[in-house]
Amino acid sequence: MIEVHNLSKSFGTVEAVREVSFTVKAGEIFAFLGPNGAGKTTTIKMLTTLLRPSSGSIRLDGLDPVTRQNDVRKRFGIVFQDPSLDQDLTAWENMQIHGVLYHVPRAERLERSETLLKLFDLWDRKDDAVKTFSGGMRRRLEIARGFLHTPKILFLDEPTLGLDPQSRNQLWTHVKHLNQTEATTVFLTTHYMEEADRVAHRVGVIDHGKLVAQGSSQELKAQTGTDSLEQAFLALTGTDIREEKAASGDQLRQFAQMWRRRS
Amino acid sequence: MSVVFILWLRELKRYTRSRAQIIASLGQPTLYLVVLGFGLGPVFRQAGNGSYLQFLAPGVVGMTILFSSIFSGVGLLFDRQFGFLKETLVAPVPRLQIMIGRTLGGATVAMLQGTLMLLVCLIAGFRPVSLAGGLMAPFFMLLIAIVFCALGTAIGSGLQDMQGFQLIMNFLVLPIFFLSGALFPLDNLPAALSFLTRLDPLSYGIDGLRGTLIAASHFSTVTNFAVLIAVAMAFLALGARAFSRIQL
Repeated sequence: MIEVHNLSKSFGTVEAVREVSFTVKAGEIFAFLGPNGAGKTTTIKMLTTLLRPSSGSIRLDGLDPVTRQNDVRKRFGIVFQDPSLDQDLTAWENMQIHGVLYHVPRAERLERSETLLKLFDLWDRKDDAVKTFSGGMRRRLEIARGFLHTPKILFLDEPTLGLDPQSRNQLWTHVKHLNQTEATTVFLTTHYMEEADRVAHRVGVIDHGKLVAQGSSQELKAQTGTDSLEQAFLALTGTDIREEKAASGDQLRQFAQMWRRRS
Repeated sequence: MSVVFILWLRELKRYTRSRAQIIASLGQPTLYLVVLGFGLGPVFRQAGNGSYLQFLAPGVVGMTILFSSIFSGVGLLFDRQFGFLKETLVAPVPRLQIMIGRTLGGATVAMLQGTLMLLVCLIAGFRPVSLAGGLMAPFFMLLIAIVFCALGTAIGSGLQDMQGFQLIMNFLVLPIFFLSGALFPLDNLPAALSFLTRLDPLSYGIDGLRGTLIAASHFSTVTNFAVLIAVAMAFLALGARAFSRIQL
């Protein structure tokens, strides 16, 4: 469903993603793990048409996101790291706008909105403005919205960030359920290793822009001689903290954008 | 088409739900109308120009539309900060449709605000000279709204933070307002000022409104119409281009 071959992206002299290759099969849940600034979000942005790759190729459901932007966009749903709801509108209205933007026929839009809002326990709050929702409810609404147009692939970029264990648990239960019932391929990133261990069929570990390992959680543990995914992750990526290095990539990117705008 | 419609509807819903903002944004023009209208009225009359309130009313209607339109463009900045912009930009929809939906929505809201302001003017004692003229006024109001919503979109697409917004208010929006002849007649101005007022698209909008509402104008109605349409086209193209270049 997702085929990535020698994918690279550089911002000026900074290489955010270097020669990454992997495949995600249809119906699979794939966890993309890595320390902050390793290149996870940059990779997702390239997969979802928000950034153009510097080199390498991507195929989503056989299509190239660079040349077939709109066709590719119809095929995936995405839940971003940070919120993307209209807080002044109600949950129902947010769902409807999404449905129209993705050309979901009216009857199907109404029916699926209802099913999904019920599934994610938001039905009795459907007519309340999103700004009155808790963090967990907003997250659930974003994920429900991501499923509305029956995407073939759902991208989840750190969907459980800042949620309590109850909400996280519930969220993954729903994602697994939809993965099984609708055969949606799921591509996710998270910092919670036990989540990846529990939910994902396969895992890819990226560090400094390079894919350092991929396989099932079992395979990674065997490969590193550790007994939990967290330890395997640390064995693969080391224990030093990269916050600073990571930030410089982002800063440079912002700087480059500013420069482009001014000149 | 449904994409344009739903984004237009979104702007309208957001507008009707923020009642406090509706009232607040009428405050400033009302202050201009009442204080300047009655305060400078006697001087204006003595100079042989007739009623200042009559003269000022089309000016403050134009002002209301200008501010409301620019704000709707700057709404892009909020959508960027609160994330909704991303939701629309990854959707399988041409950006031009998104831009048109937003701009038409903003223009409709600005028209509604302008109409409310016109009602305030009527309450304050303003009287259009003819019914036919009064019926023509909405065309000019719409043109003003489209011109400045498109400009707002072009500006909002490039803005990254609130500081930029302050800059725009002080160095673009206020000069557009003050140089438009909303507050003073465009006749017999010093050459430099006269030149600047001619560069200001709002001059033609407000002059057009005066032509329809009080049957007194500086330029001809045809000039006003032609200039506004040309500027609207240019700004729409500019806005569409800026919007298509947004990076997240």
